[in-house]
Amino acid sequence: MDIIINGRTIEFSVDPRTSLLDLLRDHLGLTGSKKGCNQGACGACTVLVDGERINSCLALAVQYQGRKITTVEGLARNGDLHSLQRAFIEHDGFQCGYCTPGQLCSAVAMVDEWERGLPSVVTQELAAQGIALDRDEIRERMSGNLCRCGAYNGIVEAITATFENLP
Amino acid sequence: MKPFTYERARDPNEALRLVGTDGGAKYLGGGTNLVDLMRERIEAPERLVDVTRLSTEIEGKPDGGLVIGAAATNTALAAHRAIREQYPMLARAVLAGASAQIRNMATVGGNVLQRTRCIYFYDEASRCNKREPGAGCDALDGFNRMHAILGASSACIATHPSDMCVALVALDAVVHTLGVEGERSIPLVDLHRLPAGRPDIETELKPGELITKIELPPPLTKRSTYRKVRDRASYAFALVSVAAEVDVTNGKVRDARLALGGVATKPWRAWKAEEALRGQAATEPSFRAAAEAELVEAAGLRHNEFKIELAKRTLVAVLCELAGVAT
Repeated sequence: MDIIINGRTIEFSVDPRTSLLDLLRDHLGLTGSKKGCNQGACGACTVLVDGERINSCLALAVQYQGRKITTVEGLARNGDLHSLQRAFIEHDGFQCGYCTPGQLCSAVAMVDEWERGLPSVVTQELAAQGIALDRDEIRERMSGNLCRCGAYNGIVEAITATFENLP
Repeated sequence: MKPFTYERARDPNEALRLVGTDGGAKYLGGGTNLVDLMRERIEAPERLVDVTRLSTEIEGKPDGGLVIGAAATNTALAAHRAIREQYPMLARAVLAGASAQIRNMATVGGNVLQRTRCIYFYDEASRCNKREPGAGCDALDGFNRMHAILGASSACIATHPSDMCVALVALDAVVHTLGVEGERSIPLVDLHRLPAGRPDIETELKPGELITKIELPPPLTKRSTYRKVRDRASYAFALVSVAAEVDVTNGKVRDARLALGGVATKPWRAWKAEEALRGQAATEPSFRAAAEAELVEAAGLRHNEFKIELAKRTLVAVLCELAGVAT
């Protein structure tokens, strides 16, 4: 079986019970993605599949053959942090850091969803073109990522600062 | 997790053949519920048949309705232009459920067949008639704040957790299936069973029967919405939810389609409230009378009694919003 992780095609052979998260962490040594609840409630395991965010703890690795996975290790380019990673540092978007890889992957995909015009449940006009990505929208769209340190204010500020600088 | 084999179906007939009818196999959608249940040893299939590569299409019908492939993701449903414009209740219900990550994984067919989130169903140390028929129900005398006030029995008070299904039953959705006896269609409102004495039998589907698509008739009106009341602002199951579509003409309710979530053992079509509303003045007292009619048989337990009044007030508030009545 093949899977493309952070741009590299990797051959793997695992028991069908292996989650995508365990494939990444235990078989490939990519320990950036974290195991928090292991039941889809916390978002610490969030990775991108073909650019879309999912909970890798609820994903069976065999189901993702041939797909392109991006983990937190794949966000930096040539040693330069992703602008969102820099913003998390600048705006104190974390304390202990355990939820941070999931928050980062989630936020990257969230901004992409917003750019594609996807509404959220707090969007007043569901069919509107051009939804303002305000604080309420960000908080709702990021609600699948819990932070037990409570760094939410910093996380929202980091995301806001990053998307305001989008070209 | 018990060992299992994994196969991916290329078409519905192959899926049906791979699953068979011996009960040892399960269809796998996004896995957001099934993988969790397998990890908790509540589900233990010997074979998984991946149906996520079957139809994901969402297509308009000549009559103005819509056909949704069962493998379409929850996100695809909420993102679809026609659903946002014509069926805002459905888009809003989908967006009110789970998190963005889960909506990206979860399929429409899987959402319909997701199992209850009753904590006693999940807890192997508790008695549960759904998990082990005849064992008893620890929710009855337990912490039953999240449990049902409508459609329950002395064997089971577990709620159906879906938001999407609440909107779909209000919209008269029809489920299309493929089984060993061929294709058939079932109104979604008839797909889930009331628990009565056998809460372990949750739907009318036969062994191996596969949900292939869901069909929606044209909406009554574009004035529809979904409101969800929960313990935290986002990413939580409903205490009460209301899906409503109301056609108000000259100050009178010409027609309405209503459903309730979070309060019943299945997605709950509010037929009594609809009946009570038809032809009535679009005013708060008529809305309250309709809500009273729907909840007349509601039965609360120690921790969920509050849901009876909460359901009435939420229904009235949503009707006022749609009818433009000040509260």
